[in-house]
Amino acid sequence: MDHLDLLEAESIQIIREVAAEFSNPVMLYSIGKDSSCMVRLAQKAFFPGKIPFPLLHVDTTYKFREMIEFRDSYTKSIGAKLIVHTNRQAIDEGANPIKLGTQKCCSLLKTRALLDALEAGGYDAAFGGARRDEEKSRAKERVYSFRDEFGQWDPKNQRPELWNVYNSRVDKGQHIRVFPLSNWTELDVWQYIQRENIPIVPMYFAKPRPMVVRGGSLVSAEQDFMLLPGEKTEMVMCRMRSLGCSPCTGAIRSEADTLEKIIDEMKLVRRSERENRVIDHDQEGSMELKKREGYF
Amino acid sequence: MPGLLRFSTAGSVDDGKSTLIGRLLYDSKGVYEDQLASVVKASANTSGGGGGGKIDLALLTDGLRAEREQGITIDVAYRYFSTPKRKFIIADTPGHEQYTRNMATGASTADLTIILIDARNGVLQQSRRHAFIANLLGIPHFVVAVNKMDLVGFDQAVYDKIREEFTGFMERIGAPAPLFIPISARDGDNVVTKSERTPWYSGPALLPYLEDLGEDAGSEKKPGRFPVQYVLRPNLDFRGYAGQIAAGTFRKGDLVLALPARRHSRIERIVTYDGDLEEAAAPHSVTLCLADEIDISRGDMIVPALAAPHVARRFKADIVWMNAKALEPGRSYFIKHTSHQVRAMVRLIHHRTDVNTLAQVHASKLELNEIGQISVETHRPLFFDPYNDNRVTGAFIVIDPLSNETLGAGMIRDVEGAEETRGQVTAADREARFGHRPAVIAVDDSEAALLLERELFDRGALTAVSDLKADAAATLALAKAAGMILIVTGEPPAGSLDARKMATHEAVALLERRAMLMGHEDQLQAGEGI
Repeated sequence: MDHLDLLEAESIQIIREVAAEFSNPVMLYSIGKDSSCMVRLAQKAFFPGKIPFPLLHVDTTYKFREMIEFRDSYTKSIGAKLIVHTNRQAIDEGANPIKLGTQKCCSLLKTRALLDALEAGGYDAAFGGARRDEEKSRAKERVYSFRDEFGQWDPKNQRPELWNVYNSRVDKGQHIRVFPLSNWTELDVWQYIQRENIPIVPMYFAKPRPMVVRGGSLVSAEQDFMLLPGEKTEMVMCRMRSLGCSPCTGAIRSEADTLEKIIDEMKLVRRSERENRVIDHDQEGSMELKKREGYF
Repeated sequence: MPGLLRFSTAGSVDDGKSTLIGRLLYDSKGVYEDQLASVVKASANTSGGGGGGKIDLALLTDGLRAEREQGITIDVAYRYFSTPKRKFIIADTPGHEQYTRNMATGASTADLTIILIDARNGVLQQSRRHAFIANLLGIPHFVVAVNKMDLVGFDQAVYDKIREEFTGFMERIGAPAPLFIPISARDGDNVVTKSERTPWYSGPALLPYLEDLGEDAGSEKKPGRFPVQYVLRPNLDFRGYAGQIAAGTFRKGDLVLALPARRHSRIERIVTYDGDLEEAAAPHSVTLCLADEIDISRGDMIVPALAAPHVARRFKADIVWMNAKALEPGRSYFIKHTSHQVRAMVRLIHHRTDVNTLAQVHASKLELNEIGQISVETHRPLFFDPYNDNRVTGAFIVIDPLSNETLGAGMIRDVEGAEETRGQVTAADREARFGHRPAVIAVDDSEAALLLERELFDRGALTAVSDLKADAAATLALAKAAGMILIVTGEPPAGSLDARKMATHEAVALLERRAMLMGHEDQLQAGEGI
C-alpha cells in the first residue's frame, strides 16, 4: 500500500466510525478540493450503499458562481442529499466584507451561520475537510474535535486521542467536529484527485481571467466586484489554489491547466495555500481565535 | 513511493526538539516561505529558544498562542513533510512530566520515536520518561539524537558517555536497542547529510535513516482481525460488514469465525468501491460479505476459524491515566476497544510505576499522568490480543460515563481468570451435546434402574444411577446442573418422573414422547406438554 492507500484506509475508518456512533451526523461541504476528496471517501466508506448523511453547505452568498453551479450538479450526480444554509438576516442587513471588515463578516456569515445550521439540524457530529498542514492551530486539533453547547473549541483542554480509538460520547447540545483528512497534505489531496478522477471546480485550473491586483493579492473581478479608486481590471493567466468567498480569495499566477501541471506546481511551490486567504491574516493567531468561537 | 513513516519526538524546548523538527521541515522544504516569514516576524517578539541571530525554528511548530507566549509546547502537534523517498508524519509532543498524557498520545500511532538528549546535560529524567512511555506504547524503533554537539565541540567522549548510559537504561526497561546519532539541530549536522565535524561517527545521518527504515513486515502475516464497524444493508440482496482490517490478510473463500456468536462461515466477497478484491490485508478498509446469514453487528469481530483472539471479560493491562479525576478500583467506566464500547470496572491496581525511578510502588489510586498496572473486568467479553502482539486489538481507552471525557489509555497485557474461549457452558450447550434435557427419574429397585440406564445409555444419554440418601437434594441438583439424566431408587423426590410402575421400555417411550430424548420430535403428540 502506498501512502495514499494508507491515508484512504484511515479516513474511511473515521467516517464509518462516526456514521455508526452518532445519531445525526452531517458532512460540511465547502465545494473545494478537500470537500471533493472527503465526499469521495464517504462514497467509498458506504459502497454499495449511498452516503448515509446529508451534505451541508454554508453559503455566504459571496461564493463564486462556478462553485455554486458545480455544487448543485455534482451533489445531484452522486445522489447525495444537499442542505444549503445562509444567514439571511445578516445578508438582508447588508453584511459584506468591505463594509464590515473580514473578521466580522466571517463571524456572521460563516461562524454564526454554521452554528445556526448545526443547531437547526440537531446534528451531533459534523465532518469538515480541514487538514492539519493548513495552519498552525489546526496542527494541534484532534480528529474528533469536541465543541461545547456554544460550539466553542477549547485548545488547552482537548480530549486525549490515542490510536484510532475515538471517543464519541457527547451530551445533548454538544457536538463533535470530525476531520477525516487531518493527516493529508495539500499535495496528497491533489494526487488523490488525480488518481481517483475526482471532479473539481474548474476554477482550480489556470486560464486567463479578469483580475485586479489589490494589496499584493490577485482578486477576481468576475462577480459582485467593486473597484476601489485607482484600480483597474486586467486579464491574468491564473488559478485558485484554495476556494473561499470571492472578495476574500486571491488567485495565483499560474499556467497549470491540468492536474499533472497542478501537481508539478505543488511540488515546487514555496508558499502556503492559505496565504491568499485574507481572513487568516487579520491578526496573529487569528485562525485559533476564530476556531475557539466555533469557526471550522 | 513507499508508505509513510510516523514518528514521535519528545523533549523540552531546551533539548532542541522543536528546532530539530523545524530543521527537518526547513531542509526538506516542508515549510513555506510565508510561514517562515511569519516566524521571522514572531522571532522578534519572543525571548525563548532559538539560536543567536538565526531564525528560531522552534516557532514553526509551537502553534497555540499560549505556547508561543510561554515558549513551551503544551499539546501534541502533527507535522507533515515528504522527501522524494517517503512521506512523514511527526507527532511533536511536549516532554514535561505534566504532559505525560500528550507524550503517550503522540506515541500511540508512531512507528519510531526520536529521543533528544542535550549533549551538555546528558541523560535527564525526561529522556528516560519518554523512552519508558514510548516502550510502554510499543513503538518498535528508537533513535537517540544527541543534540547540541556543536556546544561541546563535537567531543566523542561526551557522546560515548551518553550512549553507554542510555543503552543500559533501554536494556533495563526491555526496549529495542536504539540508534544513536550525534547532531546539531541548529546547524544541521548529521540531520539531512553527514557532518564533517563528526569524523568519528560512522552511522547514517538522521533523515536518510528515516527514509530507508524498512516497513515492519509482520502485520499482514499476523492472524486476521476484522472488527466490524458498520453493517451495510443498502438493499435486500446485500449484507456486508464494513471495517478496517486490524491485522492479517483475508482471502475470498477463507473459513472465518464470527465473535461473539461463534458461528462459522466463508468469505464470499471482499467489496470495495473500486471493485471486489481476491484478498485484502491490514490496514485496508473493506467490506466483507459472508456465505451464510449470521447475525453480526457493530462491535463483533471476524477472525480466521483457527486463529481466534482471546475472548474474556477479565484482563490485566498497563494504563496511562490522563484525567485530574483519579482512577479508583470499584468505579464504573466505559471502555472503548476497537469498535466495541462496554461497561467496565477496575478490579484492582497491581502497582504504580514511578517513571523516574522505574520502581513499582503500591497505589490505591492513579492520579493524572500516572502509569500503573490494573485488572479490569468488562460486562461483556472483549476479543483481544496482548498489546505486544497487536497494537490495535490490544489497545483501549477509558471513558468517564458522567463527563464523557477520555480518562486513560490501556494496553492489554494478559488474560486473567477464565477465558471464555467457548463461552460459559449453558444448559442449552449441554442439551446440544448430550441430546437430551436433564431429568431425575425415580425407579423402585436398583435392578430396574440399571436396566433403564442401559436403555438410555444405548440411546446416547449421559446417565448415572444414584441411591437416595439423606443428602439427596444436593446430589440431584448437581446431576441436573450437569445436564444428566439421573435415575434414583428409593423414595421419589419431588419433580422426578415416576417410572416405578412402568416397564423400562415404557419409561424410555415416555421420555421420548416428552421429547426429552432428541431425534424423536416427530413422535411428540399434541397436548402432551413438556
